[in-house]
Amino acid sequence: MHEASLVQALFDRVDTAICPHPPAAVRSLTVRIGELAGVDADLFRTAFEVCRDARGYAAAKLQVTVESACWACRDCRVALGRGEPLQCPACGGPVTLSSGGGLFVDRVEMEVIDV
Amino acid sequence: MCEVCGCGDPHRVHIDVGASLLAANDDAAHHLREHFEAAAITVVNLMGSPGAGKTALLEATARHVARRGLRLAALSGDLATSLDAERLARAGIPSRAITTGSACHLDAAMVHDVLHHAPFASALSSGDVLFIENVGNLVCPAIYDLGQRANVVVLSVTEGVDKPLKYPVMFRKADLVVLSKIDLLPYLPDVSTETIRSNLARVMPSAQMIEVSAPTGAGIGEFLAWLSRIGPPRLRRSASEGDVVPT
Repeated sequence: MHEASLVQALFDRVDTAICPHPPAAVRSLTVRIGELAGVDADLFRTAFEVCRDARGYAAAKLQVTVESACWACRDCRVALGRGEPLQCPACGGPVTLSSGGGLFVDRVEMEVIDV
Repeated sequence: MCEVCGCGDPHRVHIDVGASLLAANDDAAHHLREHFEAAAITVVNLMGSPGAGKTALLEATARHVARRGLRLAALSGDLATSLDAERLARAGIPSRAITTGSACHLDAAMVHDVLHHAPFASALSSGDVLFIENVGNLVCPAIYDLGQRANVVVLSVTEGVDKPLKYPVMFRKADLVVLSKIDLLPYLPDVSTETIRSNLARVMPSAQMIEVSAPTGAGIGEFLAWLSRIGPPRLRRSASEGDVVPT
């Protein structure tokens, strides 16, 4: 279950992002999981629930968006339909994964206090 | 205004981060890749299910190149034991085990750490091939870059024809699929290599597959020729001779 180590990486990255603005509480973390990222969204949520208190994110909710996989021709950019062979239907050239292959933290919402 | 300390009331703000959660591993992999490329070492991340035949492929490869000067080395990842590394050492491949405990994959930091302690690592030089035999698993190892030049997935005919469709994350990362245990095909009437190729074409960009049998050596020469094509320039020059021979 590599989701547990990825949740630790999430907290590490958010620690860095919020460092210049120490918050009263982090309320929400938005994570984008690609369909072909090799990460299970439910396992990721479970790992988040298990780890968040120890990492100081007890008040944070996890928002997960799943990004569909989209393949497109490297040259003419024509998009492929789902389940089609991975070859450009227009020019026959090689295709590349244009989205849905990564795992990102997109947004951190937090409460800060004006002093 | 806060009545306790006099500070302002909290209010909500947000930060748009947009960062990959694999960035730390990617940075470590980039560091490894710079070293591998500078030394002109061909590094292959070898993945596949437990029992697919990853170790047997390397043993057969070692037999094939034993008298031809090509130097192989290997790191071998498993949850427990160093049995695979011991097998590879007996086959003449200097090897080091990476015992992950409970981790289902290797990451770049593990590879970096073990390379600093493997006695053979400092002797690796131009034209050598370093195999990183990953933990047997068709899911998790695919997402961690190890600084390799190529990903090779070993798929055995006994796993059935539908594995590429069931595990697209792994096969989309493969530069080559080695279809192993083809000597068993006569006993598997429902397994069609053409169906496997067709399924690969739906999940693997620029799909390439080589059919091998470790016991008979079938296909090992083709595997070596493929290694020579992806290798550094000094290795590639010998490709026309059909063998991988470092100069």
